[in-house]
Amino acid sequence: MDAQAKIKETVTSNSVVLYMKGSPKFPQCGFSSLATQILEACNAKFVAVDVLQDQAVREGIKQFANWPTIPQLYINGEFVGGSDIMRSMFENGELQAMLDGAK
Amino acid sequence: MTLIEEIRVRLSVLAPLVLEIKDDSALHAGHQGNGGGGHFSLTVVSSQFCGKSQIIRHRSIYQLVADLMPHQIHALSIQAIATDESPPKL
Repeated sequence: MDAQAKIKETVTSNSVVLYMKGSPKFPQCGFSSLATQILEACNAKFVAVDVLQDQAVREGIKQFANWPTIPQLYINGEFVGGSDIMRSMFENGELQAMLDGAK
Repeated sequence: MTLIEEIRVRLSVLAPLVLEIKDDSALHAGHQGNGGGGHFSLTVVSSQFCGKSQIIRHRSIYQLVADLMPHQIHALSIQAIATDESPPKL
């Protein structure tokens, strides 16, 4: 399976997916760390994919969403945004509502 | 031209009312997965963002600097504010 097919399958078979650098316990980048903290503050159950473990996914995810940076959040197969967008949606309550709808 | 000046020139097509570029590279030097590019924070206020989603605003900024990423710019933190919105509290 190529990277695009693999990503598509991951984001459609899991309701909330975070592509990040490192793991939620050991994030390897401040932006990924912030994204994890936001999801945890929302009490969200999510699948984390560490892009540092797979170079094809690390490059492929940028094309998949037409978005050049990591982290990237997907809810119900839809690209939601990176950490700046997650932060602003968290602050205005939109993210919590989306996550509640995803369960 | 410094990289910040270059970014400023690129983003001028958005006709920004406010354009702040901060170099945060020192905070992130040498972390894993960084090939040497800089980290920057942008605050852009533009009338071109009115009625556009955050994803579209961010993409329009990314597109203007696409060829600088990831080698010169490793990460961009973006606040994209429309002129008909109040700025977020700092």
